[in-house]
Amino acid sequence: MIDFTTEQLNRYSRHILLKDVGVEGQVKLGRARVLVVGAGGLGSPAALYLAAAGVGTIGIVDNDQVDISNLQRQIVHGTKDIGRSKVESAAEAMRAINPDVEVRPLATMLCADNIMEIIKDYDFILDGCDNFPTKFLVNDACVMAGIPFSHGGILRFDGQTMTVIPGESACYRCVFRQPPPPDSVPTCSQAGVLGAIAGMLGTIQTAEALKYITGAGRLLTDTLLSFDASNMDFRKVALRRQDDCPVCGARPTITELTDAEQTVCALKK
Amino acid sequence: MNSEVIINARKDLHGVSCPMNMVYTKVALAELGPGQILEVILDDGPPINNVPGSLKREGHEILRQQQCEDGSWALLIRKSD
Repeated sequence: MIDFTTEQLNRYSRHILLKDVGVEGQVKLGRARVLVVGAGGLGSPAALYLAAAGVGTIGIVDNDQVDISNLQRQIVHGTKDIGRSKVESAAEAMRAINPDVEVRPLATMLCADNIMEIIKDYDFILDGCDNFPTKFLVNDACVMAGIPFSHGGILRFDGQTMTVIPGESACYRCVFRQPPPPDSVPTCSQAGVLGAIAGMLGTIQTAEALKYITGAGRLLTDTLLSFDASNMDFRKVALRRQDDCPVCGARPTITELTDAEQTVCALKK
Repeated sequence: MNSEVIINARKDLHGVSCPMNMVYTKVALAELGPGQILEVILDDGPPINNVPGSLKREGHEILRQQQCEDGSWALLIRKSD
């Protein structure tokens, strides 16, 4: 059952030494399949740490190309990658860190028509997308498919994240019923974002993914963790599943996926 | 501890320093069932000063710790239930 090479035992020694991960946890990581939605600020650290951790199969989905304005926070890409497909650039960096892992770059935009087909091959989804319609789409699709996921969002100095186990814990729609009206919330490209907070939040999400796979610790379920890095205040808000949630409640009104207006994605310079 | 204990597996970790000696010990334990016995040979110095404590923290039992003629240590570990 345990067929690690000497090189792998050395590579993963700091995981194996952990009581709550150990040999068994590392085996689970090797068998796990995680999908990263977005190869941007959150997806960059996620992709790198998932690969470094030896997660056996990592999908990464994004339809953008690397722009110079991304490089202040999207650390999976380098200056030489400007103009390249983000998922190809990310895949190269991930394979460079750890040739053991299978990376599946998916240069497509997640939408109602393709999301179920894409997520069905994964055990955990890490949402690092940059717009509300996709965040709700990921939530609804994961709830319908019963696939656990981590929600994450950042803006300016602020970050927030929660982990959702469909059918067990509060989903994103239990907390936020629908996307905010278009243009009511500024995007990173309008409001700015401190580069390092992408790393702060993306690594919290990645730790959740690794904890879910290995069974270590307690997840951020039924909990919204938010921080304001300007004062480095962290806060946890307890959440509960809502009986009247339109997607995971007793009588769901959302039973099929639709694409909301992709206002944010239209904001290209 | 009586010396008739049945040893289920042995791992010679001569020359293997910290923390890889603990990694190899954990791999060897993972291949055993609960309550089974593993014997590991550890170098004197940091290995014998660190590995037994780490194993205890993980819930395993140290049945015996004996210095060999060459200065290394034979450690008898009972895997946690």
